[in-house]
Amino acid sequence: MSDFSEELKGPVTDDEQVETSVLSGAGMHFPWLQTYIETVAIGGKRKKDFAQTTSACLSFIQEALLKHQWQQAAGYMYSYFQTLEDSDSYKRQAAPEIIWKLGSEILFYHPKSNVETFNTFADRMKNIGIMNYLKISLQHALYLLHHGMLEDAKRNLSEAETWRHGEKTSSREILINVIQAYKGLLQYYTWSKKKTELSKLDKDDYAYSAVAQDVFNHSWKTSVNISALIKIPGVWDPFVKSYVEMLEFYGDRDGAQEVLTNYAYDEKFPSNPNAHIYLYNFLKRQKAPRSKLISVLKILYQIVPSHKLMLEFHTLLRKSEKEEHHKLGLEVLFGVLDFAGCTKNITAWKYLAKYLKKILMGNHLVWVQEEWNSRKNWWPSFHFSYFWAKSDWKEDTALSCEKAFVAGLLLGKA
Amino acid sequence: MDLEEAEEFKERCTQCEAVSWGLTDEGKYYCTSCHNVTERSKEVINTDVIPHAQIKALNRGLKRKNNSEKGWDWYVCEGFQYILYQQAEALKNLGVGPELKNDVLHNFWKRYLQKSKQAYCKNPVHTTGRKPTVLEDNLSHSDWASEPELLSDVNSPFLESGMESQSDVHTRKSFPISKASQSETSVCSGSLDGVEYSQRKEKGIVKMTMPQTLAFCYLSLLWQREAITLSDLLRFVEEDHIPYINAFQHFPEQMKLYGRDRGIFGTESWPNYDDIYKKTIEVATFLDLPRFPEITEDCYLHPNILCMKYLMEVNLPDEMHSLTCHVVKMTGMGEVDFLTFDPIAKMAKTVKYDVQAVAIIVVVLKLLFLLDDNLEWSLSNLAEKHNEKNKKDKPWFDFRKWYQIMKKAFDEKKQNWEEARAKYLWKSEKPLYYSYVDKPVAYKKREMVVNLQKQFSTLVDSTPTAGKKSPSSFQFNWTGEDTERTCFHGHSLQGVLKEKGQSLLTKNSLYWLSTQKFCRCYCTHVTTYEESNYSLSYQFILNLFSFLLRIKTSLLHEEVSLVEKELFKKKYSVTKKKSKSKKVRRY
Repeated sequence: MSDFSEELKGPVTDDEQVETSVLSGAGMHFPWLQTYIETVAIGGKRKKDFAQTTSACLSFIQEALLKHQWQQAAGYMYSYFQTLEDSDSYKRQAAPEIIWKLGSEILFYHPKSNVETFNTFADRMKNIGIMNYLKISLQHALYLLHHGMLEDAKRNLSEAETWRHGEKTSSREILINVIQAYKGLLQYYTWSKKKTELSKLDKDDYAYSAVAQDVFNHSWKTSVNISALIKIPGVWDPFVKSYVEMLEFYGDRDGAQEVLTNYAYDEKFPSNPNAHIYLYNFLKRQKAPRSKLISVLKILYQIVPSHKLMLEFHTLLRKSEKEEHHKLGLEVLFGVLDFAGCTKNITAWKYLAKYLKKILMGNHLVWVQEEWNSRKNWWPSFHFSYFWAKSDWKEDTALSCEKAFVAGLLLGKA
Repeated sequence: MDLEEAEEFKERCTQCEAVSWGLTDEGKYYCTSCHNVTERSKEVINTDVIPHAQIKALNRGLKRKNNSEKGWDWYVCEGFQYILYQQAEALKNLGVGPELKNDVLHNFWKRYLQKSKQAYCKNPVHTTGRKPTVLEDNLSHSDWASEPELLSDVNSPFLESGMESQSDVHTRKSFPISKASQSETSVCSGSLDGVEYSQRKEKGIVKMTMPQTLAFCYLSLLWQREAITLSDLLRFVEEDHIPYINAFQHFPEQMKLYGRDRGIFGTESWPNYDDIYKKTIEVATFLDLPRFPEITEDCYLHPNILCMKYLMEVNLPDEMHSLTCHVVKMTGMGEVDFLTFDPIAKMAKTVKYDVQAVAIIVVVLKLLFLLDDNLEWSLSNLAEKHNEKNKKDKPWFDFRKWYQIMKKAFDEKKQNWEEARAKYLWKSEKPLYYSYVDKPVAYKKREMVVNLQKQFSTLVDSTPTAGKKSPSSFQFNWTGEDTERTCFHGHSLQGVLKEKGQSLLTKNSLYWLSTQKFCRCYCTHVTTYEESNYSLSYQFILNLFSFLLRIKTSLLHEEVSLVEKELFKKKYSVTKKKSKSKKVRRY
């Protein structure tokens, strides 16, 4: 140390000594070094205590939220509002969003808050800066929906729909479409309520035509609102479902099919198993040909091999005439039983038992061997262990019978 | 009414589209062609101050200076003066004698203005274009109130609102407008010389800043040898008993603050002990102050008395006081020459009285208990055994018990302090803004924040907090209502001392030095503090005391090392390498 002390002519600084030290290997300790490193990060300006206050406040708020201490959180929030006036422009711009997220959380759970307070808060936050208006409106509307205030939510969404300030960015466009779609969803809800009303009325009833007209208007509005959104790539399950239901009701099968096919097959859309399920169900309703159904389910099989529709798929494949379909049917069954969630599915086991019998009698031992090869290492302990045997026997004797049969077939072979 | 005066209003009339305005008697604009009266009215300066007879003349002269919302003209140093005045008032309210405000601080300030050539001298430094006024060196009989006469320019009104009224208004002089100080440049400031002030970089002149106001206060307190140490002062600032953060809020309405003034007057950091300490020395050297009044043994700032105070505050037995006095004597820290501040002396340093007193206590604790995470607990065991057997005698001081009580109290206080810091409201009610353009935005933001706060204040716990605590020199209180917490003041140190003939020896005969070698490089500190190298008891003691004084533990550690350096001078000079344990003979 003594040799260094002469050479270490560290510059005289006014900076504060910092406790946390930058440790160097020789155990030397340079408090002033840490300050320099910190000033590099913030561009040479000294860190103000204001920043320290706000970050400490933020961590206290987060802690209080985690512990569900709403009143304490509100107390800290009171002081946190000063970040809106932060002289650091970067932080000042980021402040409204943070405040909205924390504040809405607090107001949602706080025992003393009610819809009134939330509304005032949301209105205030919407008008601070222009970037957050849409997002806050949407969340505000969802909050109102949560409290069952459909009309207010609809009004909110309508206001937000027509808001056009600020830059025209793609995210803004999407947000506006989402808002429209939610509005559409609300209209769908009213439509479906009116539809049930309609179904109770007699056709000759006086009010029938009026209600029918009303219903039609709603549906038209809904379609306008939702159709824009579902063209954009994304996951829009509730919207698509309601839209399709409406289209089907009015007999627009082609439209519905187009929507669903688009939703399922368009590459730009993220891979979504529900899309295929909707399409399949729709086609089933339309009594589409078997080959079409099989092709739809094939894709679903690739995405989610453990889905319960796989059993239907298997039935379809079994009934088909092509041999490759039969082979696929076997694969599908084995695939389903690979998953822990389906181990107690008695239908699956029944199918497997029957099918194995059929296949073996049809001299397709190779197929079975192929499937069993990759599984013989782990299926026995996974399905056929002593433990399972006992518990299955206790719970459901039929299941254990089927399993035993299968086990006999498979293990006997091995 | 003069048409000229309405020249600035350039909008088109809504009825006749002409641009030709005049002012009605109420001060509203009216269109001269169709006599349509608008609601816009001209901002008029506060006419209360100016006697009516002079309105016309003054109005003409001041019209261009006092644009709408510009307010009075004022200099940065006047702003500081006002702040110092407020701080002195606050100190007076805390119980300091009035001479501090009227004589000591005032004289320091005047001296500063003189030295930095802002007033009281020939050719004071101001923005270009101003007529420099020759002032007299009037140190002897001026007071705060007559201050304005001596400063150049039209600035008396600001003092009038705060102090005794003066008839200085009549001495207002008109002066040529300097173009540089108008808000034509993009950077502007409410004060006349704000921009120029922040750019001024003269060598040898100490520029006034907000932390420096506290340095001035401390110098005056030191001169008066008042019973407020630097750490007390800073703590009062933090607790808002002395204006510092947002002190500009109390400026008179017409002293507008914006632009560059923000950087000068709007601090967003709490004052730091080390920082203020260095500034104190800097200012004292700059002002060429003579040797300060001596600090003798009956002075509050003398280590003997300060040690007593801190011992009481930390709930340690009074018997330790004799030990601290002894250490003081041995290290020579109680000498008048050592303690008295002498800026002119070559090695100008003042003693950090509070830190030093606390360091001495730490050293004494180390002497008694060694603080190596071992001995103090075994001594506590002995004390506990003894106390159980002899319940009627004066109990022996039990370190373990003290630690438990102290830790709890300390943790609680520290938690409260951290929470208060996290909830601290930095922004003032009077928002600071960059320029006229920003003003409505800033005000609107302020309003927004206030509304939001109002909304959330209803949701906050309605249990009332203790309210603003009255300022006190003590942070912990052990005697009094709280009988659950043991007060160790009366406990005896018998458990740790043993008799040897006429004198008492500590049972502990070992000692370890906080720093084995001192740094001799050009950096500003002599040693460093790496927590993990030291025992937990030592860390706790340091944390406790540094929290008390609101300083960094490394600072306290440094001071402890310096005390030890004095105490064990021989040990340091004889051998370079130290062994960890040495026998130290006491008494």
